Amino acid sequence: MSSLERSDVARLAALARIDMTDDDLDRLSGQLSAIVDAVAKVAEVAGTDVPATSHPIPMSNVHRPDEVRPSLPQERALAAAPEADEGRFRVPQILGEEA
Amino acid sequence: MTDWTRRTAAEMAAALKAGEVTSVELTQAHLDRIAAVDGPIHAFLHLDPEGALATARKVDEDRAAGVELPALAGVPIAVKDVLVTEGLPTTAGSKILEGWIPPYDSTVSANLKAARMPILGKTNMDEFAMGSSTEHSGYGPTHNPWDLDRIPGGSGGGSAAALASFEAPLAIGSDTGGSIRQPASVTGTVGVKPTYGGVSRFGAIALASSLDQLGPCGRTVLDTALLHEVMGGHDPKDATSLDEPVPACVEAAMQGATKDLTGVKVGVIKELSGEGYQAGVEQRFEEALERLKAMGAEIVEVSCPSFEFALAAYYLILPSEASSNLAKFDSVRFGLRVEKETVEKTMLATRAAGFGDEVKRRIILGTYALSAGYYDAYYGSAQKVRTLIQRDFAAAFESADVLVSPTTPTTPFKLGERLDDPLAMYLNDVATIPANLAGIPGMSLPSGIAPEDGLPVGFQILAPAHEDARLYRVGAALEASLTEEWGGALTAQAPELEVAE
Amino acid sequence: MSAQSLSYAEAMEDFDPVFGIEVHVELNTKTKMFCGCANEFGAEPNTQVCPVCLGLPGSMPVTNEKAVESAIRLGLALGCSIRESSRFARKNYFYPDLAKDYQISQYDEPTCYEGSLDVVLDDGTVVEIGIERAHMEEDAGKNTHVGGSGGIQGADYSLVDYNRGGVPLVEIVTKPIEGMGERTAEVARAYVATIRDIVRGLGISDGRMDQGSVRADVNLSLRPKAPAGEDQSAVPFGKRSETKNVNSLRAIEKAIHFEAGRQAALLSDGRPVVQETRHWHEDTESTTPGRSKEEAEDYRYFPEPDLLPVEPSREWVEELRGTIPEHPAKMRARLKDEWGFSDLEMRDVVAADAIGLLVATVEAGAKPQAARKWWMGELARVANEQETTLDALAVTPADIAELQSLVDSGRINDKLARQALAGVLAGEGSPTAVVETRGLEVVSDDSALEAAVDEALAAQPDVLAKIQDGKVQAAGAIVGAVMKATRGQADAGRVREIILQRAGVEG
Ligand SMILES: [Mg+2]
Ligand SMILES: [Zn+2]
Repeated sequence: MSSLERSDVARLAALARIDMTDDDLDRLSGQLSAIVDAVAKVAEVAGTDVPATSHPIPMSNVHRPDEVRPSLPQERALAAAPEADEGRFRVPQILGEEA
Repeated sequence: MTDWTRRTAAEMAAALKAGEVTSVELTQAHLDRIAAVDGPIHAFLHLDPEGALATARKVDEDRAAGVELPALAGVPIAVKDVLVTEGLPTTAGSKILEGWIPPYDSTVSANLKAARMPILGKTNMDEFAMGSSTEHSGYGPTHNPWDLDRIPGGSGGGSAAALASFEAPLAIGSDTGGSIRQPASVTGTVGVKPTYGGVSRFGAIALASSLDQLGPCGRTVLDTALLHEVMGGHDPKDATSLDEPVPACVEAAMQGATKDLTGVKVGVIKELSGEGYQAGVEQRFEEALERLKAMGAEIVEVSCPSFEFALAAYYLILPSEASSNLAKFDSVRFGLRVEKETVEKTMLATRAAGFGDEVKRRIILGTYALSAGYYDAYYGSAQKVRTLIQRDFAAAFESADVLVSPTTPTTPFKLGERLDDPLAMYLNDVATIPANLAGIPGMSLPSGIAPEDGLPVGFQILAPAHEDARLYRVGAALEASLTEEWGGALTAQAPELEVAE
Repeated sequence: MSAQSLSYAEAMEDFDPVFGIEVHVELNTKTKMFCGCANEFGAEPNTQVCPVCLGLPGSMPVTNEKAVESAIRLGLALGCSIRESSRFARKNYFYPDLAKDYQISQYDEPTCYEGSLDVVLDDGTVVEIGIERAHMEEDAGKNTHVGGSGGIQGADYSLVDYNRGGVPLVEIVTKPIEGMGERTAEVARAYVATIRDIVRGLGISDGRMDQGSVRADVNLSLRPKAPAGEDQSAVPFGKRSETKNVNSLRAIEKAIHFEAGRQAALLSDGRPVVQETRHWHEDTESTTPGRSKEEAEDYRYFPEPDLLPVEPSREWVEELRGTIPEHPAKMRARLKDEWGFSDLEMRDVVAADAIGLLVATVEAGAKPQAARKWWMGELARVANEQETTLDALAVTPADIAELQSLVDSGRINDKLARQALAGVLAGEGSPTAVVETRGLEVVSDDSALEAAVDEALAAQPDVLAKIQDGKVQAAGAIVGAVMKATRGQADAGRVREIILQRAGVEG
C-alpha cells in the first residue's frame, strides 16, 4: 500500500505541531513507511459487515449529576504556567485566526 | 538481623500488625536499599523520603493508638511516573513535563493514600509509556537487575526493576499493550493488567485511552492481589470505570495456593508460540503446563486466528489516540516552553524539543491514521480488527476458563539492540496486545529461567472480562508449585547487586 | 471599473442566494459540560477551572446529564429525531484557548438530527427551515490580545482565561436554505430570533446574544438566477463564505446584506468567490477574510474514547417531549386572540421582546391591555432613555400588576401611578410601599375637595358665571386649579362633580 513521502511527513508534522529538521524528515519517512506497510494489512481483514469496537467493554449513558464541585483557586490553576499575567495564562502573539 | 526488603508485602503487613516492625523501619529500609543499589539500575525518577516517612510515622502512631488500619497500611510502594501525584513531580518519563508538580491526585494515588501506604517515589518509564524497554525515557534507561546490560522491559521498566532489586515490595504499573506484563516477565516478577475499567484511569497520563489500564505489580501473586484490591473499584470521575465491586483477588489467590485446579480448563493459544519464540521460553512454558495439569487442570488448545492482525491494529489505534492525547502538551498551561515570536512557532519548537523520537514517530503515525482520506483504511479498520479479536476470545473462552501463553517471545534483550528498529521492538508485545484490544484481564508471573541465558521467563494467563479473580487462582497455584521447587520467589535467584556506600 | 460591493437589492436582481446558519447555544446548566466547575458568566479569570477543563495531564471528562437532557429537549423542539445511540467525537486542532487542543463535540452520530422549524416573518408568512442536526459540544476559553491595536493582529501577546472553556453548547446546523430571494436576510434574522425564543421558552439558556449565549455563523453563497421559466434548483450552488460570530439579530441581516453585495460584485465582474471563513465587524458593518489556509483544516475526528455512547431510553425521550412548550409563533397567535390585541399592537409587543413580560404581568393579575399599556408605554420610554432592554429594568411584572390594581381601585390615578413607578424603578420598594412613603394617594375626602373647589371658584368668579350660564366646559379651569392645589392627588372626576354641584348645575 502507500508509503509515506517526505512531504507527507512534513505536512503531518505541521498538523501535529512538531518542528522537524531535514534529517528528522528523512529518517522518519523511512521508518514510518516501513511501519505503515506493516500495519496497512488491517484494511484487508475486516469487511464492511464487521462493526467497529471503540470501547472494549460496552457501556452507555454514564453521566454526572449537574452539581457544582470546587474549582482550583486561581493561583493553583496558574502555578505551573510557563508564563502568567493578570490571572491569565500568557502566550506569545497569536497570528490571526480570528478577528 | 532481618532484611525486611526481602520479605513479601503480605509478610510485611503481618509483621506490622504483629508489632514486629514499624512502618518507619520498613520504609527506611527500602529508602536505604534504593540509596545502595539504584544508581546503576535507575528505577526511580524521583524519591520522596520525607513524604514516605511522614506517612509511615502516622501509620505507626495510629497503630500504637489502636486505630483500625487498612490491610496494607504502612507497606511502602513505588509508583510509575505515569500516575499524577499531587505535590510530587510527575513527568511520564518526558522532558516536556520536567518539573511539573500537579495540583491534583489521580484516583489511584488517592486510593494508595487512603490505604495509608508510604509512597517511596516515582518510577522510570518509556516516555508517555511508549516502548517495551524503558530506553525511551527522557531521563535515561532503567537497567534489568538480573543483568545490567539488559532491558527491564517497558514501559513500566522502573516499577519492575524496583521490585526485582528489592527497592520496593509493591509498585503501580500501567498496561496499554503489555507495559505491566512484559516488564514483569523479563524481571521475574508478577504483574496484572485488570479488566478495562476495573481500575480508574483518572489521573493516569493517557497514552491510548481505549487500551490503557493501571494495575498492580509485585513479587508474588498474593501481594499483587492485595494491591489490586486497593487500586480497584468504581470511580465516578472516569466514565469508563466499571460500576461493580472489585473482584475477590486475595481470596482467589489464597484458594489457588492450595494447588487444586480440579475442573479448571486452561486453553493454550496456538498462535502465540512457534516462530520467534525462544527455545528456553517455550521449554519453561511447556513445563508450566505440566504443573497445571498435575494440579488437576485440563489443558486444551484454542485458536485465535485474528491475532495475526492484533499488532497491526494496535499500532494504528495506539498512535491515533496518543496523537490526540498528547496534543495538550502545547506550552500554554504547564510543562516545557521553548519561546518563539508567535504561539504557533512556540508550540512547534516546544514539542520538537520536549518529545523524544519514539513519541514523535507515533504522533506522526497517529496523525496520519486519523487524517482525512485515511481514517477508514487505518483507524476504522483497526477498530474492526478489534471486534474480530474479541470474537476470537469469546470463542476461546467457550472452551476454556483461562487462556495461557508465554508473556514475551524472548527473555530480555540487550539495551540498544532494537533501538533503531521500531518494528522489531514492537514484536515484544505480540502476546500481550490482544488482551488490551479486547479489554480482558491478564497476568504475567515467572515460570523459571531460560537455560540458554539464565534470564527470567514469564507465563501469561488471560481471563474473560470481569473475571480477574481467575488469574489469581491459576497464577497462585502455578506459583505455589514452582516456589516449592525453588524454595522461594524467583527474584531470590537474581544475582546480588553491587552496593554503593 | 467594477464596484467593490453592490447593494443588497442590486445583488438580488441577478442572483439567487443560498444560505445556512450554525447557531451555538450556551446552556444554562449549573456546571460545565464535562466537569463540576460552575457555569457562570463574568467570574474572575481562571477561577472556574479544574484539571479537567484546564486539560491537565491525566484528567478525564464525564458528561453532564442535565446538558444531555437540555440538548434532547432542544432537539425535540426543533422537530428532530433523537438518535438511539449517539456519541462524542474529538475534533483535533491546536489553539491556545482550547485546553486539550481538541474539542469534544459530536461528529458522525449527533444526538439530534433531521428536524424542521417553522419561522414566522413579520407579515405572517411562514417559512419552514430544515434542520440538519443539533449536537452537543464544549465551548473554548477566551483569548485577550494585549498591545498593538488590541486586536489579534499586531498584538504583543495574548492572555488566556479558561472559565468559559468546557461550558456546554448545543450547535444547531440548518440545511441549505434556498428560494428566499430578497427575503433571505429577513428569514435568517427571524430564524435566529425563533431559536432564541425557543431556548428561552425551554429554559435551557438565557438566550442573550449580547453575552454570547446565542451565537451565529452565517454561510452564504450566490448563484445566477435561472432564466425565466427555468428551474432554479437546476443551477448549481456557488462557493460560500462562512461569516463567524454574528452576534445580534440586526447584525445577521446586515452581514447577509454585506456578503450578498460583496459576492455579487465579484461574480458580476467575472471574478471568483473564495470559499473561506470571514469575520464580522460590527463597527463597519462589513466582513473581512480570516487567515487564508493553504488547505482545509484536517480535524482528524474520531470517537472520544474517554466517553461512552448516549443512549436515551424511548420512555425518557417521550417524557421530555411532554415538557416542550408550544412554538413561539403559535403561542403568539394564541395570545393575540386571548388578549384581543390588534395586529399592530401584537407586532409592537413582539418587536419589543415583551411577550414574556406581558404573560407574567397578566398572570400576576393585570388586564392584558393595561399590561401592554405599561410595558409598551411608560416602561418602553424609560428603557429607551436608559439605553437598556425592558427585561433589564428594575421592575417586575408583579410590580406592574400591583401598580395597575392600585389604579383600578382608585387609590391612585394615572399620573400618580407614573410617579409611583418612578419610585419603584429608583429602588424605593413595591408600588404600594412607594405610594405610602411618597404619600401619593388620591384625595378622596369630599370635604377637603369641597373646600378646594370653593376656594378656586371664589378666585375666579367669571368662570363660575360662565358655568352657571351653561358653558359647562369652563369647569375645566376650576378642575385644573383644584388639581394644582392638591398636587394632583385629587380624583378629577369627583372634583368636576363637586364644581357642578356648587354651581347649581347638574352634569
Ligand atoms: Mg462546532
Ligand atoms: Zn472544570
